[in-house]
Parts: sequence; C-alpha cells; structure tokens
Amino acid sequence: MAGRNTIATSPLPAQKTKLSDHPASANWGDRIFYNLVRLSALFVIILSSLLVIELFHGSWEAINKFGIGFIWGTTWDPVKEEFGTLPTIIGTLVKSLLALIIAVPISIGAAVYIAIFAPKWLRGPLSYLVESLAAIPSVIFGLWGLFVLVPIVRVIQIWLKGHFGWFPLFSGPAVYGVGVLAAGIILAIMITPIITAISRDIIRSVPKSQMEGMLALGATRWEAIRKAILPYCRVGLAGAVILGLGRALGETMAVTMVGGNAFALITSLFDPVHSMASQIASEFSEATYSLYISSLIYVGLVLFGITIIINILAQILIWKISNGKVGIIE
Amino acid sequence: MKKSTHISKIAILIAALTVSSIAFTACSSDEPTPTATNVPATATSAPVPTSTRVPAVTTTTTPATATPTRAPSTATPVPTIVSTAPCPTKGVTEMTGAGATFPFPLYSKMLNEYNKLCSVKVNYQSIGSGGGIAQVQAQTVDFGGSDAIMSATQKTQAKGGAVLHIPLVAGAEAIIFNLPGIERSQMKMTSEILANIYLKNIKKWNDPAIIALNPGLTLPNTDIAVVHRSDGSGTTFIFTSYLSQVSTEWKDKVGAATSVRWPGDIGGQGNEGVANQVKQIPGAIGYVELAYAKQNNLKWTQLQNKSGKFLDPSIEGAAAAADVASLPDNMEVVITNSDNPNAYPISGFTWLLIYENQTHEAKADAVARMAWWMLHSGQQYATPLDYAPLQGAAIAKAEALLKRITINGQPVLK
Repeated sequence: MAGRNTIATSPLPAQKTKLSDHPASANWGDRIFYNLVRLSALFVIILSSLLVIELFHGSWEAINKFGIGFIWGTTWDPVKEEFGTLPTIIGTLVKSLLALIIAVPISIGAAVYIAIFAPKWLRGPLSYLVESLAAIPSVIFGLWGLFVLVPIVRVIQIWLKGHFGWFPLFSGPAVYGVGVLAAGIILAIMITPIITAISRDIIRSVPKSQMEGMLALGATRWEAIRKAILPYCRVGLAGAVILGLGRALGETMAVTMVGGNAFALITSLFDPVHSMASQIASEFSEATYSLYISSLIYVGLVLFGITIIINILAQILIWKISNGKVGIIE
Repeated sequence: MKKSTHISKIAILIAALTVSSIAFTACSSDEPTPTATNVPATATSAPVPTSTRVPAVTTTTTPATATPTRAPSTATPVPTIVSTAPCPTKGVTEMTGAGATFPFPLYSKMLNEYNKLCSVKVNYQSIGSGGGIAQVQAQTVDFGGSDAIMSATQKTQAKGGAVLHIPLVAGAEAIIFNLPGIERSQMKMTSEILANIYLKNIKKWNDPAIIALNPGLTLPNTDIAVVHRSDGSGTTFIFTSYLSQVSTEWKDKVGAATSVRWPGDIGGQGNEGVANQVKQIPGAIGYVELAYAKQNNLKWTQLQNKSGKFLDPSIEGAAAAADVASLPDNMEVVITNSDNPNAYPISGFTWLLIYENQTHEAKADAVARMAWWMLHSGQQYATPLDYAPLQGAAIAKAEALLKRITINGQPVLK
C-alpha cells in the first residue's frame, strides 16, 4: 500500500507503456533479471499456497470432527476432547481494536510532527527512536507489561470501577490488572512505532507544494494538514494502520503475558482475555493427542482466515475512500 | 596460567577430601551388610574404565549421601548389581532426547556431568512432554522425557512397540497465596478446600471452612483470585491429577490433563507467570513447582496429606510420596495423594521414555547405561536443584525396568 502510494504521489508524468509488455525484447541480462523477479513473485504465491494446504492438512481431523461449528463453539476442553474457539476470536479482535483506537491517533500525530513540524536537529533522533522502538522483541514488551504496566492498569481499573462501575465495560474484576485493557495498551505501544514510521514516510512524500499552496491561501497549519496533506495520503495511512492491525492480530508473547488467558467470552474491559495466537503458542508443546494438536492448527487456520478477511475489507475500504481509484496513475 | 593452577589446586583439595570421606563411609557402613554393596558397586565401577580424576570425585560422593536414606529399604528385595559401567561400551558418542521442560535444569546438569565422565554428548531438547512423546513415537530420538504417562492411544501409536516409563526424580508443587499479614506455612489447607477454591465453590478468604481450619488467622473478606497455568504443562497434569483424586466433583467437571477447562479465573504463562500474578493480586492463589517457589521466596500453605498431616512442600515429602510399597512394576503411576505418612500430597514423577525392544545395538547399550547412571550417580545433582532423588522401592523398580531393555531378545544390562 505504501508502495502504491509513492507511485501515486510521485511527480513523474503518467507512463503509458508497461515494462511487462516487452519481457523478451532486451538483452540476456534483462531476460535473466526478468525471470528472476518473476520467480520471486511466484515463490511468494507458492509459499502462501503451501501454508494454506498445510493448515488444512494439519487441521483436517478437527475439521471433520467439529466442522464449521468450531468457530462459534465456546468450549475448549482438552480432557473431554471438545474444542471450539469463539472466545479467542472475540478476544483477539477486541484487543486489536482497542489497540488501534489507542495507537492510531498517537501514531499519526507523531508522524505529522516528525514529518512537518519537528526542527531538523530533532527529526533524526526522533525517527531513530521510533524505528528502534519497532525493533524491540515482543517478549521484552511482555515482561515490561507484566512488571510495570499491569500494576498501573490495576490502579486505573480499581479507580474506574469505583467511579464508573455502572458502565458495563467497567463491570469486570478490576483487581486482576491483567486483561483486555492491559493487552490493548501493550499492543498499542507495540504497533505505534510501525504505524508512526510508515505514516511519517508517507506524509513526507506529499509534495511540498500541496501544503505551501494551502498556506498561501491563508489556511492555518491545522487546516493545511487536515485539508491538503491527510486527504492526499489517506490511502497510504490506511495501509499503515492495516499493517499495525496485522501485527496486533498475530502478536503472541506480550499478549500472553499480560492478557490473563482465561478461556471465556469477555463482557468487560477488565476481563482476562485469551487470544488465538497465544493459545496456539502456549498449548502446542504439551498437546498430547492428535485431535488436540489438530484443533490448535484449526485455530491457526481460522486466524489466517480472519487476517485475510480483514485485509480484503481493508482493500475495499481503501477503494471506497479513494473513489475506486488507488492513485493518480492507474 | 594463574587461573589454571588455582583450579587444579582446588581440584586436588576436593579429591583429597572426598577420598578421605570415602574411606570413612566405607569403613562405617559397607562392611556389616553385604546386601548394601549394590550401590557402591555401581559407583566404584565408574573409575575403572576411565583414568580421569573427575569421575572418581563425582561418582563416589553418591553412596556417602545415599546410604542413610537407602538403609531402611534393604528389607525390600533389591536386585544385586554386579557392575554396570556407566559409559557406553560400543562406541556411541552422541545421543538425543526430547521432552518435558520440568526436569530440564536437572537433565542438563546431569548430562553435562555425564559428558565429562564418558565424553558422550547427550542433547536433550526441552520441547514439552507432548512433543517428547511424539518424538518417541516417531523414533526420531533415542529417549524421551515426560511428566505425564502415555495414554493407551499414544502407546499404540508408538512405532517401536512397548515404551518403558523410567522414573528419574520426583518433584513437589507448592500452593502459593497472597494475603497481607499471613506468612509462609502459616495457613493450613486441605484437599477439599483446595478443590472447592479451584472449582469456584469457595469464593472468599473468610469462608467458614477456611476459618475453621485456621482459627489463629485473621482472614479478610477478600475475593479469591484463582490463578492457573495457561500453557500446557506437566505441572498442571500433576496438580489436576491430585484434584481429581481428592474430589469427585473435580474429576467429573474438569478432570486431569496438561491443560484443562478451568472453572476460573486467570492464567499465567509458566511458573513465572503464575507466581507473578499471585504476587501482584491481593487474595490470589496459585500452584508452582517447589523449586520456583523456594527460589523466589513465595508464601506457601501447608497442605494436609492422606494420613492427615499438615506438611510444607519439600523434596523430602516428594521423595516419600514416591517411596511406597504399592508402586506397580511398570511405574506408570501418579504419586499424588500418596499413602506414605510423610508424603507431600502434590508430588509427581518425571519419566524417561525408552523403547523396551531396541533395534540398534550400540545405541541400546548407550541409552541403557546413561539411564542407569542418571538413576544412580546422577541422583546427587537432584537435591541442590530442588528435585527429589528417588529412594527405596522407587529406585529398585526403576532398576528392574531398565533391565527389561532388550536387543534381539537379549537384555542390554546384565
């Protein structure tokens, strides 16, 4: 998405001729190069097909046993060999959504500051910090979350429950600390650097003339950003958010450490939450019979499916917001 | 240079000390009872094939510490071992094993020492009991490790036929809690109350049943936050086996497995996850391995055993749980809620999984000798790492099992 956007915003005139029209025209070197990149593209396709095949193959026993009902089953009982995964699906979606709600405004705000307002001497260090934040392993976030964040969240939860306990979202057991809220916050912290870094690049790729034009017309800086810059790169920003969401959906370690991991349907922000990825990771090594393992792989298949559906929805959303046109050149 | 001379000095000192202690114990304990020589025999056989000084030091310390605990069990028929050389005799220099994570610290210590003794590299991958069983079934490892007994279906899926479950050490689990003002060992707990807490039938710390059992304590009106392991684990298997034994309601509703359908409340990842939740949440209760509870100074309860005694979790209690006359010959037994009056009730074995009928002669010899060494000389590393070394009836039965390993119909260990 970011790539498309850079094409869209590049000042080059539209090219009518396509490279792919003349694959064999050039010399040997060109031909080899053409075949190499084609092979690379093919490799990606083969890899994802193999992934799907393997997921189906591994989960076949569970698919036969539970069918599609696995998705809305609410029991996960390794003793009685009964499996269903609805609570983890909801848990995964809710905590990811919460993470987006927290992370998106902060990330885009930070990106706008770094790309437009920050003085030159600050821009480099800030960018560097954001990028190194993105490189921190998730287990570190998890440990930090468990020892630092969770106690703070507990205090906040107890306060919230004391003052706004009538609000359904705050009705859960406040004293645990671990749960949806803690998982959402830790995920937000983890996806903020990704969204920030990509958004910054996208905002910087907006031609200066856009903003200068707005300012020349007498717009305030806020108006210039809102009306000239953000609409100009909305597609790229949406892409950045979706990349962040992708990480949030699949994030395992940190969420496992602060989520509370209770297999139950969540009703409040304070409830302990289990997610699909953490369930697979934590139970796989001690899954002692084939239906159990198969069910865990089935969870993986469902997670894969959810990720694809969300990506498709995101594409549709991007088409919608860009009126069916992804970029200027198409 | 300086460093190496320093080390060699220490080594000489240790050697001298142990030699004198051997002499002392040999005089005091071995002479009167010829049956007791079975243990020293295995140990003293160690230095024979090799000439290095290190093995002499490491192996001979075993009988010195083991003799007092072994003494009462001379009444039970212990097979007399003529001599079992600890090292592979058929040229094997590498072995692989995989399985349970719970004994991993001990196995890596043991196998490291074994490598020093025999120059045999044993690679044990702690991938979990389930993984260990799968690898054994597929015959991709020389031996497996498991905290759980293989089920009937799992046994039928084993490509190489019958799999022996050889217990190596026992472990105990502590019930930890977080109530300000109440310290370690001050609270008493019974199996019934524990089961009801985990079933969420008892929800407050000032429940009449808990008060009646602990009249001296001031118990707050706090909700009990029940913490369990969220990852599948042998620890959970032992804990839920215990609850299934002592509570029919638990057995019917939940059952025993490496991970179960918990009635409540929150899951922690690993021992550290559970311990951390319990530490942070006022009113929390959880279960962790004894070693972990000890090393982190967690507050635990005293737990009533089958004979009615209230006991702190301890390696002695775990060893006692394993030392009962009623152990079956195949040792595929859960030792929770043991009959031994000194047993701590939440104790469990960890097993080595080895095929009874081996196909590769040299490998069979190597695996059997390694297991034998781990069961005897290797046991000295258990206590410092908070595992319970086997004693009495348990070790005799384990020995008998190792002798069942065959190659082409012939026993590997004679």
